[in-house]
Amino acid sequence: MRRVVVTGLGMVSPLACGVEQSWKRLLAGESGAARIEGFEASDLACQVAMQVPRPGRAKGEGHEDSFDADAWMEPKEQRKVDDFIIFGVAAARQALKDADWAPKTYQDQIETGVLIGSGIGGLGGINETSLLLQEKGPRRVSPFFVPGRLINLIGGHVSIEHQLKGPNHAVVTACSTGTHAIGDAARLIMLGDAEVMVAGGAESALNRIGIAGFCACKALATAFNDNPKAASRPYDRDRDGFVMGEGAGCVVLEELEHAKRRGAKIYAEVTGYGMSGDAYHITAPSEDGDGAFRCMQAALKRAGIKPSDIDYVNAHGTSTMADGIELRAVERVLGDAASGVSMSSTKSSVGHLLGAAGAVEAIFSVLAIRDQIAPATLNLDNPAFETAIDLVPHNPRKRKIDVALSNSFGFGGTNATLVLRRYEA
Amino acid sequence: MSDVAERVKKIVIEHLGVDADKVVDSANFIDDLGADSLDTVELVMAFEEEFGVEIPDESAEGIVTVGDAVKFLEKATAKA
Repeated sequence: MRRVVVTGLGMVSPLACGVEQSWKRLLAGESGAARIEGFEASDLACQVAMQVPRPGRAKGEGHEDSFDADAWMEPKEQRKVDDFIIFGVAAARQALKDADWAPKTYQDQIETGVLIGSGIGGLGGINETSLLLQEKGPRRVSPFFVPGRLINLIGGHVSIEHQLKGPNHAVVTACSTGTHAIGDAARLIMLGDAEVMVAGGAESALNRIGIAGFCACKALATAFNDNPKAASRPYDRDRDGFVMGEGAGCVVLEELEHAKRRGAKIYAEVTGYGMSGDAYHITAPSEDGDGAFRCMQAALKRAGIKPSDIDYVNAHGTSTMADGIELRAVERVLGDAASGVSMSSTKSSVGHLLGAAGAVEAIFSVLAIRDQIAPATLNLDNPAFETAIDLVPHNPRKRKIDVALSNSFGFGGTNATLVLRRYEA
Repeated sequence: MSDVAERVKKIVIEHLGVDADKVVDSANFIDDLGADSLDTVELVMAFEEEFGVEIPDESAEGIVTVGDAVKFLEKATAKA
């Protein structure tokens, strides 16, 4: 099988616009959480979220690296699409620039593809257009309603902007989307369908209907409306649900020889990818953690590594009751190797970006390998579990990281794990 | 400039994101102002909304320049 490496990174996160900008704030222990702004939230059970800092909003004020949508898409185009598409377009452009890959020849263009997903897509636009339809009738439904909401239109816009004519695909697997997108894109390169892929996820379900929907599933944190930064607290005794985030993460994946020929900077290698299904419940993970266990096992097998090779795990760790199920599954995978592993949930800092989560977290895992540091799990004041695994409470930990796992588990019982490895020739 | 012409030009500038000096009567939405077929559908909807009139598809097909829109809407609003 051909080898696949990561040569470009792009990100819009609740911490900042930009990969290094977000990573710096993540390592500094910043939280992206605040009270919800931009829509009425006073009657919602959960009133906190991790929104992307933007000019004109309180969270964006005085923020050096806030996300100015006008810098990424013309205002007249922004009107036609939901925010998840703008975030995805921005992250993809950053990643391609970082990779210094701008295919100009027809051959390079047909060898470069896009695989960017979203968990939910244009919920906000569907909501607003439903109201318009009710109020003013079908003649007022915009011709941009459909293309501005479709999940694969992130990839559509990215392919048009950069003239990427290879495989054009999108993943929709709830909170596993970003991980599946990167894993599937790596497979396409391994199998020879493409030489370069832009892969990742984008999400913005931060609107009234999105929050109301996840509140109804009893999935969101509701006890911290007056103390937003404490709301996302994976593995902590007092956790009571996830905090929703928004944003996008994209990576440029590239066949190793292709990257070497053009002298690309190589961040890490994608060596393993595993998938599984729980076949258990529409929203809850199987209690024995069997799905998560088999998923990680499959990724390890594909990567050809032993549990003792693993240094860092970027956990799914949503700050819900499911944290314990994942933790026990990781312990089961690691066995005696558990005490040598650090595992953290960066959702404590950026929240749960749903379909973008896996992409953003894979990027953090890549940077953990590059900088030899495990980012922290914030707010882990009173661990709810005893474990030999280092959960990296409060502060990041400098340590050897050659191999990192990134886990994502989604509604519907869909699981995905990536194995990322420090590049060695 | 008539009131109708001013309102039409404001909508065109806003929807197509073009400079005001390009929005002259002879400007073709697609050839001169960079609109695509979906943009023109949305423009017609915006005219209907602004002027409270209905523009049937057959009439909409004949509206290809800024001047066409102004002429159609002046006539349509005069009737009302």
